[in-house]
Amino acid sequence: MMLKAVILIAGPQKGTRFRPLSLDVPKPLFPVAGLPMVQHHIEALASLPDLREILLLGYFPAQQLQQFVADMMATYKIRIRYLQEYQALGTAGGIYHFRDQISSGNPDAFFVLNGDVCGDFPLQEMLDFHTNLTTPSLITIMGTEATRQQSTMYGCIVEAKDTHQVLHYVEKPSTFVSNLINCGVYICSPDIFKRVGEIFNSRQDFYSDDSEGNESIQLEQDILMPIAGTGQAYVYTTDSVDPSAVLGPNVSVGKNAVIGAGVRIRESIILGNTTIQEHSCVLYTVVGWNSTVGAWSRLEGTPCDPNPNKPFAKMDNVPLFNNEGKLNPSITILGCNVSVPSEVIVLNSIVLPYKDLPRSYKNEIIL
Amino acid sequence: MQLALGHDGSGRQAATDGVGGGGLAMGGAVVWAVFSPFRWDLTLGNMKALILVGGFGTRLRPLTLSRPKPLVEFANKPIVLHQIEALVAAGVTQVVLAVSYHAEQMEQELAQEAQKLGIEITFSLEEEPLGTAGPIKLAQSILASNDEPFFVLNSDVICDFPFAQMVQFHKQHGREGTIMVTKVEEPSKYGVVIYDDSGKIDRFVEKPQEFVSNKINAGMYIFNPSVLKRIECRPMSIEKEVFPYMAEEGQLYAQELQGFWMDIGQPKDFLTGMCLYLNSCKINNSAKLCKAPGIVGNVLVDPSAKIGKNCRIGPNVTIGPDVVIEDGACIKRCTILRGATIKSHTWLENCIIGWKCIVGKWVRMENVSVLGEDVIVKDELYVNGGMVLPHKSIAASVLEPKIIM
Repeated sequence: MMLKAVILIAGPQKGTRFRPLSLDVPKPLFPVAGLPMVQHHIEALASLPDLREILLLGYFPAQQLQQFVADMMATYKIRIRYLQEYQALGTAGGIYHFRDQISSGNPDAFFVLNGDVCGDFPLQEMLDFHTNLTTPSLITIMGTEATRQQSTMYGCIVEAKDTHQVLHYVEKPSTFVSNLINCGVYICSPDIFKRVGEIFNSRQDFYSDDSEGNESIQLEQDILMPIAGTGQAYVYTTDSVDPSAVLGPNVSVGKNAVIGAGVRIRESIILGNTTIQEHSCVLYTVVGWNSTVGAWSRLEGTPCDPNPNKPFAKMDNVPLFNNEGKLNPSITILGCNVSVPSEVIVLNSIVLPYKDLPRSYKNEIIL
Repeated sequence: MQLALGHDGSGRQAATDGVGGGGLAMGGAVVWAVFSPFRWDLTLGNMKALILVGGFGTRLRPLTLSRPKPLVEFANKPIVLHQIEALVAAGVTQVVLAVSYHAEQMEQELAQEAQKLGIEITFSLEEEPLGTAGPIKLAQSILASNDEPFFVLNSDVICDFPFAQMVQFHKQHGREGTIMVTKVEEPSKYGVVIYDDSGKIDRFVEKPQEFVSNKINAGMYIFNPSVLKRIECRPMSIEKEVFPYMAEEGQLYAQELQGFWMDIGQPKDFLTGMCLYLNSCKINNSAKLCKAPGIVGNVLVDPSAKIGKNCRIGPNVTIGPDVVIEDGACIKRCTILRGATIKSHTWLENCIIGWKCIVGKWVRMENVSVLGEDVIVKDELYVNGGMVLPHKSIAASVLEPKIIM
C-alpha cells in the first residue's frame, strides 16, 4: 500500500480568527504544546509506515515555509513539499488543482488534514477502518462526539449506526442535527478527483463569463453534502469511552469525560472533563469536574443511602463523624480539579477541590 | 526401627540394619531412608548434610496448610531444593532432613528429586522436638559414618550458599566448627558473634544494647564429626548449649557471608527474600530473569505461564508454572504460585497468591496479603493484608489486615 497526505494550511488572508497572534507568524507555524501547529500533523503522519509523501497546500509565500519544510524533512526523514496556490481555491479546489502532484506514483489513498485542527490523530486506526470496509469508500471522515450546543459550530454528520455510512452531512447548521462532528481529517480514494472534476467542469460552464472566485470548491459543502447518503462516504468515530471499559449499574458520565481502556465504574457519577485512565476501578464515588485518575487506581466509597426499592425507605442522616471522632464510612467524593496518581486507593474519603493527591487515603477528609 | 523408602516413593519396606549404618533407632526415633538408584559407598569420603526442617512451618501459614514448608516454592523452586542443589554442587552426596512430623507428600517428592540429583535423601524423625542440636545427635550414624566434616543448615535461610568456600575455610583453620555469619543493620535485635581477624570466635552476645558487632549467626554450619561428643540426644540448643563451649576452647570459627541473606520463614520476609534473590540473579547475569514487553525490573516467569496484553509485571515478581495472568493486570513484589489465575485489570502488590487461586477482575490486593491454596477472590474486591485459609471464597472486601478462616 502506498499513501500520501495533504495538509491544508490556507494562507495569510485566512487565519484572521487567530489574530493578533497570527500577525507575527503564519498560523500553521504557531506553537501549540511547544511545536508548530502543523508539526503535530506531520509527526502523526510520519508514524504511518506506508506514507510516501506529505504535501502542504496553501497560499502563503513560499519563503515563509521554506525553512520549516526543510527542518521537518530532516526531523522526520520523510518527503515534504509545499504546494502554493496562486489564489484561494477552496479546500477541494486546491486538491483538484494539484491532482497530478497528489496522484503521481499512484497512491492507493491519501489523507487530507485541516491544518488548524488539533487532536490525537489515530490515523492508523482510521486507515484500518477505511481499508477494511466491504464497499469501497470515496471519502472517510474522522468524526467525534460533541455536545448539542457545540455541534452546530461544526460540520455535523448523521451516520448509519451499523455500517458507519454517512447518511447526511451539513455544515454549521442553525438547528441541532447530530452531535457527531467532522474532525477535519479525511481519507480519500483517488477516485475523488473524478467527483471534484465534475463539479469543477459544471462550474466552468456556469461561470464561463465570470473570471473571479469561480474555482473555489469546498470539500465540505460541495463534495460531502452531495455524496452523503449515496453510500460512498463513511465516518470513523473516535469515542471518549473506551469500548473495553465496563460501566454500570447506576453510572453517569459527564460531557467530554474520557474513560480509558479496561476501566470499571459502578454506582458512581463522573462529572465533565474528567479523565479516568486505564484499568482503574471506581465504586460508589462522585468524581468532580476536570479531575484525573491515574491508571490502576481504585476509588471506593461505602454505600450508605437507603435502598430506594424498599418500601418506606427514608434517608438516614448519619453524622459525618462517629463517636471515636473517625469519619463514618460513606461514599467517596472528589471535588473538581483533583488529581489522583496511578496505583493508589482512595477509600471512604472526601477530597476538596484542586488537590493533587500524592498517595493513598482511607477514611479521611483531605483539605 | 528403620524403614527404607523406594526411590519412586511407592514401596516402603523394612530395611536391614546395615542400611545407612546401625544404631539410628535412638530414643525411639524412626528414620526413613530414601534411596537413589545407585548407592554411594559410604567410605568414599563423600560429604553429608543435615537440614533442620523441624515443625509445621506455622509462621508461613496459610501456605504450609497445603504443603510442607520445604516444598513451598521460593522463586519457582521448593525452598529446600535451593539448599540441596547448592550442597550437591559442593560435593554433598547424602542429605538428612530432620523433621518433627511425618509428611508422605514431602518424602515422595524429594525421593524423585534425589533420583534426579543422584544423591541420597534421608528423613530423620524426632518424636519430640529436639531443638537445634538434638537432631544432629539423632542422625549421628549417618553424619559420623566417615571422617569428613558435615553441614548443618537451618531450613528457612536463603542466600547464595557458598558451601565450597565454607569447606575450604573450615579445612584451612582445621578446628572443629565453622559458622557462617552475616551483617545486619540492627544487631540489637539478634544475638551477635564476636571474632578476631582470623575468624576465631571469642564469644556470643545476645541482643546487645551497645554496639559490639553487627555480625549474626546465619544458620549455616560445618562441623567435624567430633562435635557429636558435645551433643546429647535430648532437646538441646546448639546456639546456647554447644557453641559457647566450642568458642571457649577456640574450636569455633566464623566466616563472613558475601551477598544477601534472608530468613524467609514468614510471608513478609519471604517476599523480601524474593526481592534479594532476584536482585542476586540480576547481578550474576542469570538467564532465568524474564525480558519481555510489559515486564519491569527483575521478574521470574515459568515458561508455561501465560501473560495477557497490556499488563505490567514487576519489579520483583515470581510467576509459577501454569499461571494465567489476564489482560491489563499490574503485579508488583508478588509471588504467584502454580496454577493460579489473575483476571483482567487487577492490581497486586506485596502478595503471595497460593496454588490454583482465582483472583477476579478489578481486584486490589496489597500489604502482605497471602492466599492459601485454591482461594477465590470475587471481582472488584479490595484485600488489605488478608491471610486467607485454603479453599475459601472471598465475596467481601477485607479492609484491615486479618485472618479469614
